[in-house]
Amino acid sequence: MNRSASVTRLLALLRKETRQMLRDRSNLYVGLALPLVLILLFGYGLSFDVTDARVAVVMEDGSAATVNAVAGLVGSDYLSPIWAHSMFEAEQMIRADEADAILRVPADFTRNLTAGQGQLQLILNGVDSNTAQAIEGYANSAVTSALLHRADRQVDVGTEAASVAIVQRIWFNEASNSTWFFVPGLVVLIMTLIGAFLTSLLIAREWERGTLESLFVTPARPLELVLSKLAPYVVIGAIDLVMCLLAAKFLFEVPIRGSLWIIAFSSILYLLVSLSLGLVISGLTRNQFAASQIALLVSFMPALMLSGFVFDLRNVPVVIQVVSNLLPATHFMGLIKTLFMAGDYWPQIIRANVILAIYTTVLVIVARRTLAKKLD
Amino acid sequence: MQAIALYITQTIALIRKEMLALLKDPSSRALLLAPALMQTLLFGYGATYDLTYAPFSVLDQSRGATSTELLARIEATGIFARVATLDNASQIAGQIDSGDSLLVVVFPPDFESRLAAQTEAPMQVILDGRNSATSSAAASQIAAIVGAYNQSLGATSPISILRRAWFNPNYESRWNLMPAMIASLSMLQTLMLAALSVAREREQGTFDQLLVTPLTPSQILIGKALPSIIIGMVQSTIIFLVILFWFQIPMAGSVWLLYFGLVTFTIAAVGIGLSISAVSLTMQQAMLYTFMLIMPLMLLSGLLTPVRNMPAILQVATYVNPLRFGIDTVRRVYLEGATFADVATNFIPLLAVAAVTLPLSAWLFRNRLS
Repeated sequence: MNRSASVTRLLALLRKETRQMLRDRSNLYVGLALPLVLILLFGYGLSFDVTDARVAVVMEDGSAATVNAVAGLVGSDYLSPIWAHSMFEAEQMIRADEADAILRVPADFTRNLTAGQGQLQLILNGVDSNTAQAIEGYANSAVTSALLHRADRQVDVGTEAASVAIVQRIWFNEASNSTWFFVPGLVVLIMTLIGAFLTSLLIAREWERGTLESLFVTPARPLELVLSKLAPYVVIGAIDLVMCLLAAKFLFEVPIRGSLWIIAFSSILYLLVSLSLGLVISGLTRNQFAASQIALLVSFMPALMLSGFVFDLRNVPVVIQVVSNLLPATHFMGLIKTLFMAGDYWPQIIRANVILAIYTTVLVIVARRTLAKKLD
Repeated sequence: MQAIALYITQTIALIRKEMLALLKDPSSRALLLAPALMQTLLFGYGATYDLTYAPFSVLDQSRGATSTELLARIEATGIFARVATLDNASQIAGQIDSGDSLLVVVFPPDFESRLAAQTEAPMQVILDGRNSATSSAAASQIAAIVGAYNQSLGATSPISILRRAWFNPNYESRWNLMPAMIASLSMLQTLMLAALSVAREREQGTFDQLLVTPLTPSQILIGKALPSIIIGMVQSTIIFLVILFWFQIPMAGSVWLLYFGLVTFTIAAVGIGLSISAVSLTMQQAMLYTFMLIMPLMLLSGLLTPVRNMPAILQVATYVNPLRFGIDTVRRVYLEGATFADVATNFIPLLAVAAVTLPLSAWLFRNRLS
C-alpha cells in the first residue's frame, strides 16, 4: 500500500478526465451555459405576478356613477381595460384570447345603486386559475377604492361603523415577489442537473463503449477512478453555485439572509448526493438513453415538480408528501429557501444536512457495489 | 404509379426497421411508456397551486366574542387548521421560522373595545412569504372571511361584484396544468428519441450504410420521423386518458381537433429533434443539446406561469417555441371547447417550425458527412 503512488495515479487520472471533459464541449455547455440560461429564464421569465391583465369592460349603463365605479380599473397597474360595445363582443374576446375577464355594468346599475345595492358582473376565464384569482382580487380592490372615493366626497363622514380591518405582514418576502421565490430553488435544480443528469449520462457512455472496463485493467483502484471522474463535476458545480449566488444578489436582488458558508456547505453536500445518485444510475443501466431517462425521471423532474420548488407541499395529498420527503431535493429545497429568505434557522440546517449526509453515505455504498460487481 | 408504390414500400420498410430498433429491448420499451404514466399520476396529485391545508396559530390578546367568532369562521373553511395557541408575541417568530404555521393571527388587547366604540378594529395577520403563491392565496382567503364578517356586522358595501369563472368554475389549478402535460410530458421523450435516431446510427457507423441504399433523403426523413411521432402520440393518448378518466377533468372540445393539434405539435417537435440529431456527431452530444433546448422550451411555454407575465422580449422569443402553441391549443380545446377558428393562429408557428426543421434535417443528413 503505497500512499504516494496512489496520489500520483489520482493526479494522472484527474489530468486525463479534465482533458477529456474539455475536448468535447457539449458537456461543458450543459454544465456551465445551461445553468446561466436557467438563471436568466427563472429570474426574468417565470413570474406569477400578473400585470396588465386585459379586462373587457361592457358599459350597459353610461351614467356618471358607473364611470366612477370602473374608474379604479383605469388607474390600476395590474389591469388594463378594453372597452367592448356589447356582451357578445366581450365574449368573443375571451374566446379569441384577447381578454382575460369581462366586467359588465348592467343597464339597471345606477337605479339599483341609488336604491342601495348596485351589482357588477365579473366573468373570468378560469383556465389559468392563478391569473383569474389575481384579477378578481384586483377588480375587487379597484371597485372598493372607487367606493372609498365616493364615501370621501359625501358629507356625512361622522358615521363610521364597527368593522374589522386586516393589517397584513408578509415575512421574508414583503412584496410577494415571485422572483424571490424561484431564484433560491434554482441552486437545487442546477445541482441536480450537474450531479444526476450529467454524470449518469457521461459515465453510462463509458460503460456502453467499454472504456471504463479498460481502465479497470490499469493499476488504478475503483475508488480512484470514481473520484477522478467526479472531481471535474464538483468543480463545475461549485462554479455554478457561485454563479447562482452572484445572480441572486446582484441581478435579482434576492436577499441572502443566511450565512454563505452554510449555503456553500449544504450545496456541496447536496451535489455529492446527486453525483453519487448519477453514479448509481449509470452503473445500473450502462446505457446512455436509459440512464438519461431514469435520471430525468427520478431526479430532475421530481426536483422541478415535487420538491416544493414551484408547488407548495402543504397542498398535496399525503401519498405525494411521502414521495416528496423521500427525495433529497425536497429537504435541500426547504433548507435553501430558508437560508436565502429567512436566515440561519439551526434546527432545519441540522436536520436537512443530516438527511443529506445519510443519503450520501447510502448512495456511495450502493455505487461502490455496482462498480465492484463489474470487476469480477 | 409503380414509382409511388416503390417509394411507399421502401419507406415502410425503413419505418419497420426503426420501430424494431426502438422496441426490441424490453427495458427501453418500458422506458417509453412507464415514465409518461407515472409522471402523469404523480404530477396530477403533486402539481397544484390550490391551497388545501394552511396551518396557523393564534395570539388572542383580546379574548372577546368577536375574535372567537372570527376564529371559528376561519377554521370552518376546512383549509385553515389551528396548530398552536400562543401566549405572547415572542413566540410568533418560532412558529413562522420553523414552518409549523403558515400564518399567525393576532388580535390586539383593544380589539373588542374598539369594535364596541363603533370604530375600525385592526387584527394582524403575519404570513410566511417563502412561498409567495401560498401566502398570497392564504391572505386573500382571510380577507374574504373578514369581509363576509364585516357584512354581517351591517357594513354592507353599496356595490357588490358577482363573480363567475368560465371553463374552470372552482379555480382548480389541476385543470390548468394537466391538459398542458399532454403536450409537455410527451415532448420530453419524443424530442430525445428523434434526436438520438440519427446520432445513434452515426456513432455506430451504420448511417453511411443507410445513405448508400436506394432511399432518397425524403424517405430517410419520413422513416426517421414517423416512429418518434407515433410514440409521441401513444404517450399523449395515455396521458389524455388518465386525465379524462382518472382525474375526470371534463373535456369540452372536439377530440379530433385536439388530436389534430397534438399531431401538428409533435411533428414540429420531432423536426427540432431531427435537426439536433443531424448536427450531432455522437449520442452524447445529441442528448445534451436536446436537454439544453428542452429546459428553455418548457420554461417559456406557459406551462408553470403564464406567457403574458413574461417581459416583452421573452414573449417574442416564445413564438418559435412549439410547446407554447401546443399547450395553448390543448388547453383551449380541452377546457374552453375552442373551435378550429379560435385556435387557427396557433397552427401557423407550429407549421412554420416543421417546415423549416424537417427539410433542414433532410439536407443535413447528406451534407454533414463531407
